[in-house]
Amino acid sequence: MASPYVLNADNITKRFGSVEVLRGVSVAAKPGDVIALIGSSGSGKSTFLRCLNLLERPNAGQIQLKGESLALKPDRDGALSASDPAQLRKFRARIAMVFQHFNLWAHMSAEKNVMEPLTTVLGLTRGEATERAGHYLSKVGVSHRKDAYPAHLSGGEQQRVAIARALAMEPEVMLFDEPTSALDPELVGEVLRVMRAVAEEGRTMIVVTHEMSFAREVSSEVVFLSKGIVEERGPPQELLSRPRTERLQGFLANTLK
Amino acid sequence: MLHGYLPAILDGLQTSLKVAATSLAIACVFGLLGATAKLSGPPWMRRLVDAYTTVIRGVPELALMLIVFYGGQTLVNWAVQKMGGDYVEVPAFAAGVLTIGFVFGAYMTETFRGAILAIPVGQLEAASAVGMNRVQVLQRITLPQMIRHAIPGFTNNWLVMIKATALVSIIGLDDMMQRAGLAAAATREPLTFYLTVAGIYLAITTVSIVLLGWVERRYSVGVRRAPTGL
Repeated sequence: MASPYVLNADNITKRFGSVEVLRGVSVAAKPGDVIALIGSSGSGKSTFLRCLNLLERPNAGQIQLKGESLALKPDRDGALSASDPAQLRKFRARIAMVFQHFNLWAHMSAEKNVMEPLTTVLGLTRGEATERAGHYLSKVGVSHRKDAYPAHLSGGEQQRVAIARALAMEPEVMLFDEPTSALDPELVGEVLRVMRAVAEEGRTMIVVTHEMSFAREVSSEVVFLSKGIVEERGPPQELLSRPRTERLQGFLANTLK
Repeated sequence: MLHGYLPAILDGLQTSLKVAATSLAIACVFGLLGATAKLSGPPWMRRLVDAYTTVIRGVPELALMLIVFYGGQTLVNWAVQKMGGDYVEVPAFAAGVLTIGFVFGAYMTETFRGAILAIPVGQLEAASAVGMNRVQVLQRITLPQMIRHAIPGFTNNWLVMIKATALVSIIGLDDMMQRAGLAAAATREPLTFYLTVAGIYLAITTVSIVLLGWVERRYSVGVRRAPTGL
């Protein structure tokens, strides 16, 4: 049976020791959806995102990619890990992630950062990888910096290279973990512009963000997390203009001032 | 020159270099295994490696060398006799390089562990997140960056290790130090010969420092140095 969802994460639960960080959070993305996860710090939104590709191991829940379930088994400590590491790696190659702190590989040039997963994971030849890297680096507007190492790039440039690295995998879903939070204010715009362009191409994205204007203008659904549960969800215009719950009202009042 | 002892000393130099190179290879294997075990092994393995680095780094190399040499000899013969074999002599070269390699493996373990810890976790997460397996992460991301962080400590260990090879003369290996001792006794000119070998050791270590400095610079491509004079 074909699933209408590209990514379907169901009832994700996560405990750190005795602290319940996520208490059954579900998010489902149809093709072309841009889902914005918002919430105050500690609400669990980044943890949730990291559970989707198992960088963080959930304690319960299910993850489906195009209807295929990721096989999970509980470890001795009670957290779930992939029963089949090869399946997990295939999932991860189809789910690209962009991190708050860019996480470019410091010993590789911008171009090599984009090429590396293409040759190592996807098995492209060097020639194919170079070509694809060139394409995506120019798409995010940093092809003139392709030979520079991460330490010599600005934060905005680094994040755009990281987005190119993710795009070049030609993934089915892209996860963004507060992609502009580590940037100087004047560099936020260039990264958001690139993300907006990516969204307009019809890519499926799940974005943890504090940028309310991005959530309002680009996303198809906003999910407000609070204390590990989905407090409110809905279309951005409606949810952000007429928040129903007191928590979201308070959150928006604090972020928009 | 040197009363005709130069060829003998150069011959000894060859032995010393062989001992040093082989010991280094063994030490690196122990070091990589030890560091990996300490960082991501199961608890019992971590405790085992902890004991290894604590004991080995806490006992003089000379004492360890003798213990491993005689102890190893005894152990091997005990095992051989159990199986009904005859007395065997452990070759001095094997005993020497195994001991030095085992001892310096403990220092390398700590050097490599520190070097791996210096790599930002986010870079390893990014590698896992694109679907690399553990071996690929190690090969493509961890090792190349670890080398840069490890070089200063590695250089230290290597220098101390080259000098420690002089200890193998006591278990009967005819290395450079042993040859110099014989020549010194025969000619009654200890200073001449000990100064000569000291000079040769210094030459080896100086070349090592230059070469490893070059390696460090090579692996520091893309690293922005903090401005000097702070």
